[in-house]
Amino acid sequence: MGGFDFNVIERSIGYLFREGMTFTLTLTGLAALGGIIFGTLLAMMRLSSHKWLSLPATGYVNLMRSIPLIGSPTPIQVGAVASSVITFTLFEAAYYSEIMRAGIQSIPRGQVWAGYALGLDYWQTMAKVVLPQAFRNMIPILLTQTIILFQDTSLVYVLSITDFLGAASKIAQRDGRLVEMYLFAALVYFLMSFTLSYIVKILQQKIAIIR
Amino acid sequence: MPMIEIKDVSKWYGSFQVLTNCTTNVEKGEVIVVCGPSGSGKSTLIKVVNALEPFQEGNIVVDGIKVNDPKTNLPKLRARVGMVFQHFELFPHLTITQNLTLGQIKVLGRTPEEAKTRGLKYLNRVGLIEQKDKFPGQLSGGQQQRVAIARALSMDPICMLFDEPTSALDPEMINEVLDVMVGLAKEGMTMMVVTHEMGFANKVANRVIFMDRGQIVEDATKADFFGKPRSERAQQFLAKILHH
Ligand SMILES: Nc1ncnc2c1ncn2[C@@H]1O[C@H](COP(=O)(O)OP(=O)(O)O)[C@@H](O)[C@H]1O
Ligand SMILES: [Mg+2]
Repeated sequence: MGGFDFNVIERSIGYLFREGMTFTLTLTGLAALGGIIFGTLLAMMRLSSHKWLSLPATGYVNLMRSIPLIGSPTPIQVGAVASSVITFTLFEAAYYSEIMRAGIQSIPRGQVWAGYALGLDYWQTMAKVVLPQAFRNMIPILLTQTIILFQDTSLVYVLSITDFLGAASKIAQRDGRLVEMYLFAALVYFLMSFTLSYIVKILQQKIAIIR
Repeated sequence: MPMIEIKDVSKWYGSFQVLTNCTTNVEKGEVIVVCGPSGSGKSTLIKVVNALEPFQEGNIVVDGIKVNDPKTNLPKLRARVGMVFQHFELFPHLTITQNLTLGQIKVLGRTPEEAKTRGLKYLNRVGLIEQKDKFPGQLSGGQQQRVAIARALSMDPICMLFDEPTSALDPEMINEVLDVMVGLAKEGMTMMVVTHEMGFANKVANRVIFMDRGQIVEDATKADFFGKPRSERAQQFLAKILHH
């Protein structure tokens, strides 16, 4: 071997981003979207006064939060890619639901009364009055959770899926350049997460000013 | 038939009784002022009228419709009862125009154009037409409360409930809101108003209800109430707020 060869990065960078990063971002996006929608439903169930709605939702959230992602079972067999999307959605929904629950609870009771007093029903009041405000208040925390999701998606490489880490790993094995490739992959994950976190911080200040 | 009929209503929060055998009627076109010390159950009484809070005993009938009947379509009933809150409760993420049209479009099924025309008519009436594209947070408290009244009026209510509409306002803004309410009263709107503004009561109220510890202690004509309140509690209360 002898010495490092960072040319391997230059040679493979197109492949890494075109194949790997595209998949990583697609998985992150789909799981975030699905997780936020399902998580919001879970949050609404948990806040319901009906025990038959709140208990199952609470059980689900606590269960998902207590098992490690890598061990979580995929409920249905639909191929590696689809099952990775489903697994991440089901898993992240538990975390997003906690965020949305806090968001919903941050909206004053009077807003709900005002919606009902106009004649809106529960779903209309949620959709038009409570959730838009809850979502807006929680954007920074939802994004922070999505950064964690972005990092966690690298776990799919154990399923031999070509996400960013998977692609880097394939090149590393092929060219025998493990150290260079893994260092580079770590740097990319770090830079992307760091930049996103920075954007979140700016957003947080903006939202604080509006309020 | 009274517009609002409240009969023997009792309500508990757990073991704490908030309302005890409350009975009163509001006739069409009447203005009723409800007053009483803080915590006496005034807000709760207002909220049970359009079922924002449930109650355990008694009956409430609004325009012939029984509020506490499980078969009653509550959203439909509430859409006909205007409500104005102490803290305005405009929707902060929507513009003034959107605040005025949301209920009309979603509940009454009006087209956005119809809803806008009607909403802006009432916004103009409360003197705030030039604020139509702003957000609630950009308006003063008095302006927000006037928008809230316009929002309620846009639904063509058959009666209106007010829960301390001026008590969260700076003193210099109280009159701009009271003026709008006096105008409504003079046009014959049926109103049930929780307030300690005795000037307002004196000007437009038909009757004054005094509540204490969840009970309607006094239900008298304006003249009787200000002239010779029967209960000692009401006398003390009046003396206190009139010399305030
Ligand atoms: N959600 C609630 N749970 C328990 N107690 C309540 C609740 N809302 C109001 N109360 C109590 O009911 C009483 C009457 O409240 P309220 O109707 O708001 O009085 P008022 O409007 O006359 O000040 C108060 O003692 C208050 O603490
Ligand atoms: Mg009150």
